[in-house]
Amino acid sequence: MKKLILTIFCLFLFNSSAKAVVEVDITRGNLDPLPIAVSPLHVALGSIDVKEGEKVIKNIGEKISGVVEINFKRSGLFNPLKKESFVQNPDIAHIKPRFEDWRLIKAQALVTGKVTVTEDKLRVEFRLWDVVAAKEMIALAFSTTPNNWRRVAHIISDKVYQRLTGEEGYFDTRIVYVSETGPKTQRYKKLAIMDQDGANVKYLTLGNELVLTPRFSPTNQLVTYLSYFKNLPRVYLLDIETGVQEVVGDFPGMTFAPRFSPDGKKIIMSFAKDGNSDIYTMNINTRVVEKITEHTSIDTSPSFSPDGKYICFNSDRSGLQQIYVMRSDGSQVKRITFGKGLYGTPVWSPRGDLIAFTKVHKGKFYIGVMRPDGSGERLLTENFYQEAPSWSPNGRVLIFYRETKSDSEGKGFSAKLWSIDLTGYNERLIETETDGSDPSWSSLLSK
Amino acid sequence: MVLETNLRKILVVILASIALTACATQKKAGKMTGDVYTGTDTVEYLATGVRDRVFFATNKSTLTTASRDTLRKQAAWMRKKSSLKFTIEGHADERGTREYNLALGERRANAVKDYLMTYGISGSRLSVISYGKERPVNSGSNPLAWSQNRRSVTVKVD
Repeated sequence: MKKLILTIFCLFLFNSSAKAVVEVDITRGNLDPLPIAVSPLHVALGSIDVKEGEKVIKNIGEKISGVVEINFKRSGLFNPLKKESFVQNPDIAHIKPRFEDWRLIKAQALVTGKVTVTEDKLRVEFRLWDVVAAKEMIALAFSTTPNNWRRVAHIISDKVYQRLTGEEGYFDTRIVYVSETGPKTQRYKKLAIMDQDGANVKYLTLGNELVLTPRFSPTNQLVTYLSYFKNLPRVYLLDIETGVQEVVGDFPGMTFAPRFSPDGKKIIMSFAKDGNSDIYTMNINTRVVEKITEHTSIDTSPSFSPDGKYICFNSDRSGLQQIYVMRSDGSQVKRITFGKGLYGTPVWSPRGDLIAFTKVHKGKFYIGVMRPDGSGERLLTENFYQEAPSWSPNGRVLIFYRETKSDSEGKGFSAKLWSIDLTGYNERLIETETDGSDPSWSSLLSK
Repeated sequence: MVLETNLRKILVVILASIALTACATQKKAGKMTGDVYTGTDTVEYLATGVRDRVFFATNKSTLTTASRDTLRKQAAWMRKKSSLKFTIEGHADERGTREYNLALGERRANAVKDYLMTYGISGSRLSVISYGKERPVNSGSNPLAWSQNRRSVTVKVD
């Protein structure tokens, strides 16, 4: 994907001096999504059609607002109102909305905009209006290349989300996951990447060897994952731009469960030898390897805290799978899970405040969160089989995967990606063209 | 008289159905001790009488008495075929998290390798690979299927 050249310049930024009347609270379960009207963007006269390779994209103003609406709908926090009920035309609404018209259809917030397309540039201006207070809340403009029109919609979505919730959004992001096909006894797996709304799916490996558990680097340029290339299970690095894959280090045994350190400089992973799995790090540039855990138990699924000072991980040193936290040099190992059942796949929130995990108890699988000291355990969802949560970059949504039961012929089996809000609401299936597992969320692309 | 014959007929039918159901349940329950599979439905043979695999209890990598018996037979046969090399695969069932299952499979395969080595097989002839839960032999979502999938398989390297 071409590097995005994004010039954002603020036009007339009118911040309402009084406290905004319209706002969204995302810390509580939202049973009352905010009614928001997303007007199709006005397409400036003289604009040419957007081309995506061979395809011509008509009505780009509607296409962009359509992507924004889907983002809002899927977040569970907003209720985008039906276009058919809009009274004002996009060109006029963008300059001077008649707030009485918009209030009639019960909109509390309104998004309007204008898009201009030339051969090599797509320029967007958009405004967010507080319909209740009859005020402009944001006015922004930026440009990019025409084939990046979807990212425009995601950036608009993030700006609106941020203004109305006070939190950073998560719409301008990608998901890397494992695409699965074939019988359960011989699954055919490929690395895949897509926009968080499911668009722009690309396959990163051919499927000739088993690939598992891909994770993004903090800069989103690299993916680390486990590959069974040449029947030697090892951690690899893949450059998303070039497609180049290289093995991480020169370990004389299986390496697996890789993640990046928050500064992107190291890979942290497990190395298994002679029946024992310990956690190691390797500096990507210097290639220096450090051993972090030293124990005869299985130590795996390591995850750094966002400040890089601590690591949470999975260990069975007490007999069964539990979650532990240690300092990033391996010292001060502390067990944090003491509840009934097994705990696995710990992953530290980018906000630093919570650790998400998988719990198995009495034959059921749970996705949950707890504080880094193990307190405040909260289970969000229960299923026959689900695991491996990954955080959205704003620490508000978790993506994970589920598998269904199957008979001895494998009939009934499926693996799908799902997401759920931290509040426990908005549990949602994520459509993928094949079955999918092991999803991992990127950080915001526009950082 | 008629009543007696009828009763006898009914009794025969009832006994027959009980016998049939007993057979059916035995098949369904398969063969498990604790939750270690003890049957031979998925077992293949390296040579006559030499089973190619051993089975494990949930979350465990300990070898049962039956497993050790199988492995002693494997070792005896391997000693005779001194030029052959082997890959020992470790597997887990689907009822656990993926990464931990990779480690558990590796631990199971190494338990087998260590035992074979105590019977004189050189470690240089035995390589280990874990497939975690990725290659089940039985696709079913039930305890019998899971017990058949918790295994370590010795494979001849060509």
